[in-house]
Amino acid sequence: MSGRALAALLPLAFLSLGASMPVLVPDVSQSRIDIRYSFTGAELLLFGAILFPGGEAPKDGADIAVVVKGPPQPLVVREKQKVAGIWMNVESARFRSTPSFYAVASSRPLSQLVDERTAAIYELGLQNLQLSPGAGSAPEVQRRFERGLIDLMERRQLYFENPRGVEISEGVLYRAHVEIPARVPVGNYTAETFLIRDGRVLAVATRDIRVEKLGFERFIARAAERWSFTYGLVAVAVSLLLGWAGSALFRRG
Amino acid sequence: MDVYLPVAGLSVNALMIVALGGVVGLLTGMIGVGGGFLTTPILIFYGIPPSVAVASAATQITGTSVSGLLAHRRRNGVDYRMGAVIIGGGLVGTLVGGVMFRLLQQWGQIDTVIAILYVVLLGGIGLLMAKEAATALDILKPKAGKAAPRRHNPLIAMLPMRWRFYRSGLYISPLAPLLLGFVGGMLTVLLGVGGGFILVPAMIYLLGMSAQVVVGTSLLQILFVTAATTMIHATTTKSVDIVLALLLLIGSVVGAQFGVRLAQKLKPELLRMFLAIIIIAVALRMALGLGWRPEEIYTVQLL
Repeated sequence: MSGRALAALLPLAFLSLGASMPVLVPDVSQSRIDIRYSFTGAELLLFGAILFPGGEAPKDGADIAVVVKGPPQPLVVREKQKVAGIWMNVESARFRSTPSFYAVASSRPLSQLVDERTAAIYELGLQNLQLSPGAGSAPEVQRRFERGLIDLMERRQLYFENPRGVEISEGVLYRAHVEIPARVPVGNYTAETFLIRDGRVLAVATRDIRVEKLGFERFIARAAERWSFTYGLVAVAVSLLLGWAGSALFRRG
Repeated sequence: MDVYLPVAGLSVNALMIVALGGVVGLLTGMIGVGGGFLTTPILIFYGIPPSVAVASAATQITGTSVSGLLAHRRRNGVDYRMGAVIIGGGLVGTLVGGVMFRLLQQWGQIDTVIAILYVVLLGGIGLLMAKEAATALDILKPKAGKAAPRRHNPLIAMLPMRWRFYRSGLYISPLAPLLLGFVGGMLTVLLGVGGGFILVPAMIYLLGMSAQVVVGTSLLQILFVTAATTMIHATTTKSVDIVLALLLLIGSVVGAQFGVRLAQKLKPELLRMFLAIIIIAVALRMALGLGWRPEEIYTVQLL
């Protein structure tokens, strides 16, 4: 399927070769990730071609960075401190939009590809995430909480950087693997591909990926959210039934 | 075998959860406590969000208490009048507990409160049980010259409006069991425990109920109060994971049956000593957890 998409795109891309800018033809291995009963995560393959004007890759080549981002979510980050011998939450900070998932892979370390300003504009790298912190706290406090949040998300494998995660072959074909862990929330994800040369972003292409719960899992999650009273009654009934069935079964046996 | 929990939003090893349910069920069958005090901390330790762990453990306890209750009913070991009073208090307690849970969650202190309550309650009851079982096993000598314990606690005898509770052999004010039920209900919502480990000693030592109806009546209360807790969590925090509860139940229903058989072969004092040691170990682990520098200084909560 993806091969056909690539084939369909190729003539289009060649038409635009009159311009002097290279063009990206990206694709992802799956545009939907289904969460089913045995979901333990998924592996996304991001791949595509770089079409240079004139059809030939320049000698010194170009670099690729891919970013997969999950739907933004508002959250509170709490910080524990020792109070009277007990570690408890003391300070907290709000962030209005943090990506629920953020993975960046590049053909070389990001610091070698772009300067800080460019990285900040395109949100390349964990240091450059725009987390929109809530107003009212000092910048250094905000940075402390940002670092805490990023560190926590990294250890949950929800945020990660892979500075050598993109392979480029023949200077024109690239591919990258991105691991999607089982903990990811559902929603619309984006896979952005950046073509970078001489510290400048030459082309950007975006593909959408939808992460969804399917079948039974979706039904349960929806029921818990929408018909919460009935859901509670069913949960009680099921546990009563199981408890009764267990004792009845064993008494006979 | 990995199974995705739709409400918790993560995958767990199904066999691990069934095994955990099995161990807890074994304890339930052997000793007659719900075992929520073990399930909830272990689930949290396993990475399940605390609110989901508390809510789903309560759902599981409803199921486990059914078989016990049926067994006690057959032996005429339930005081329904007393049960109704305690349940009445318990239902009010779950409502108040639900409000407290939400407030504490907003303030970010729910984890600390859960841990402190566990340490204080489990530590205290574990030590009491250990001492009592040790005396019964002749490890500790009972203190000589101590007066026999009074049948009625003077504070409880002071309360007005006495009722007769025939099965329990009591003539006391319903306010005392009402209050006891209230505390039990609150703890169920906050801690995801059935509250049997509090109710049973309180019924024996504070109310002075006759021993044959204590466990059956406490199971009746646990059944209703955990069912109410499931409803409260389902409608407010929306954190009941029916798949998680099912996995736990499968293990605990089977485990409970083996526990009952095992209990008939062992001395009851030994069983109580065993339970006391488990309770003290859980309390110690949680106390250390409060004082040690936690692995995660930062925690996140979705808004």
